[in-house]
Amino acid sequence: MIAIGERINGMYEDVKKAIAEKDPRPVQDLARRQRDAGADFLDINVGTAAADREAAMRWLVETAQEAVDTPLSIDSTNFDVVKAGIGAAKNPVLINSTKGEPALLEKFVPLAVENNAQLVALTMDSRGVPADVNTRVEIAATVVTFAQEAGLDPSRLYIDPIILPINVAQDQPQRIFEAIQQIRMLSDPAPHIILGLSNVSQSTKERPLLNRTFLVMALAAGLDAAIVDVFDKDLMDAAITAEIILNKSIYSDDFLRAARK
Amino acid sequence: MELPGLEERSTSGVNVVTIGATKEEGGTREKVIKVGGARTLPFLDFEGVVGHRPVVAMDVLDMVPEDWPEALAAAHRDVWDDPGKWAKKCVQEYGADLICVKLDGTHPDKADKSPEEAVDAVTKVKEAVAVPLIVWCSGDDEKDNKVIPKVSQALAGENCLLGAASEDNYKTITAVCIADNHNLIALSPLDINIAKQVNILVTDMDFPLERIVMFPTTGALGYGLEYAYSIQERSRLAALAGDKMMQPPIICDAGYESWRAKEAKTPDADAPGWGPQADRGPMWETITAVTLLQAGADILRMRHPRAVQEAKKVIDELFTPSQNP
Repeated sequence: MIAIGERINGMYEDVKKAIAEKDPRPVQDLARRQRDAGADFLDINVGTAAADREAAMRWLVETAQEAVDTPLSIDSTNFDVVKAGIGAAKNPVLINSTKGEPALLEKFVPLAVENNAQLVALTMDSRGVPADVNTRVEIAATVVTFAQEAGLDPSRLYIDPIILPINVAQDQPQRIFEAIQQIRMLSDPAPHIILGLSNVSQSTKERPLLNRTFLVMALAAGLDAAIVDVFDKDLMDAAITAEIILNKSIYSDDFLRAARK
Repeated sequence: MELPGLEERSTSGVNVVTIGATKEEGGTREKVIKVGGARTLPFLDFEGVVGHRPVVAMDVLDMVPEDWPEALAAAHRDVWDDPGKWAKKCVQEYGADLICVKLDGTHPDKADKSPEEAVDAVTKVKEAVAVPLIVWCSGDDEKDNKVIPKVSQALAGENCLLGAASEDNYKTITAVCIADNHNLIALSPLDINIAKQVNILVTDMDFPLERIVMFPTTGALGYGLEYAYSIQERSRLAALAGDKMMQPPIICDAGYESWRAKEAKTPDADAPGWGPQADRGPMWETITAVTLLQAGADILRMRHPRAVQEAKKVIDELFTPSQNP
């Protein structure tokens, strides 16, 4: 599983304060610890507090990459903030994210191609977030077609079918599993499938258990990337184990240790 | 109508391992050999980088072989009482890319030679030839752990490939390879799960994964070749899919295994209907070797010069760039 560490986000108090005070230490500490915990990408999100979000994004990107070489996921739906993040990044990034709406794809897909970036596209458009399988797949098909025509290989595309909190929409996980299976059939190679995992357990009491149970079920359906709390060791171990069960990596007695290396 | 391309693209691949060290690098070898590096299934150059050419290591023993079939013995008998001369013949006349010194003579059930005698044998080989060296212990754990530290030290600086570390006996040889800067063979008994486990254990000792060559154990034609093949194929697929612990290159032992087969070792007098051993023996080894090449072997251990010649011919052919990329 491609793990995108969610923790460098201005919605968290420590990061918000670091941005306000231009204090690099908390950000760099989070960057190093997430890398060591197995993050393949570090998500960078300025949150809502910063007055100048482009400047805050540039600062966060520069600060994080002073500490680690881990690729970054530039998390904003605002085109200019994303551009600011790409401009400051040393390495190719993951753009997280745009919607599956032609007007936005026309801007974001060329931006990804020009900057050798990968792109996350949500299965939502001007109609909002779909609650059914078919609309999700239909929007994903629009994205895949658009990307292929614009020269973005499906292997560089991540489709996010959007999970809603379990206490709001309990019928949704099953729809997501079905949508994942269908979206993976849209192209060969298939696009990656990604989820912002923690959303499933928003405002619930058993968050870690819900997160990792849902993650394992989604991996079985074909999910291969997730924005997660990489410090949740049980969650990361469950993902490693799921890949063994799914025969995606070779079993050995110390497979956990091997995957954590 | 244009048909869509069906090539598979991989983002990961087999590690590159360098064997040998030149004078500038602190050794005495004329050149080094690099193996591995493929980012596609074997020889599929239309799909991706095929990596370095597979190479042939010829076996030289530290004792006069006791049970080699006549057709094999005939090719080596004139030199086999001296490992140096033997190695030289393998390189100069038979075209060996590397020499694998197999320390059978140290085995307690064979000649039970001392660590010092083993050092003497590898030193003779080192001085006689300028190709990179492989040293392979006898397979008796207790004895090997006494022999390998001395042999390793005698070859310090040469960046050899030493073997073999197994799940039950890996600590001494791994420590020795770290101390004297050699590459390491990780052995598993035709079991892909154990293959991964040995790599994990060895790297737990801070031995770099990039210096491991895997020996998944070889079966000859008619004696488990298809089993060895499918394990190697699965290893390669795992390496290509990004399973880091499965990314070391692979060494196979086509020589020893093939000449154990009754089809290769039975004397002409006992099997008049099978054709001359001088043909069927080398053929058995050739077919075993060539099959293993197609399963992704990076280093072939071999014995008969005709089989070596044929295997190298096949490597040349398979390495010719494909016509319709």
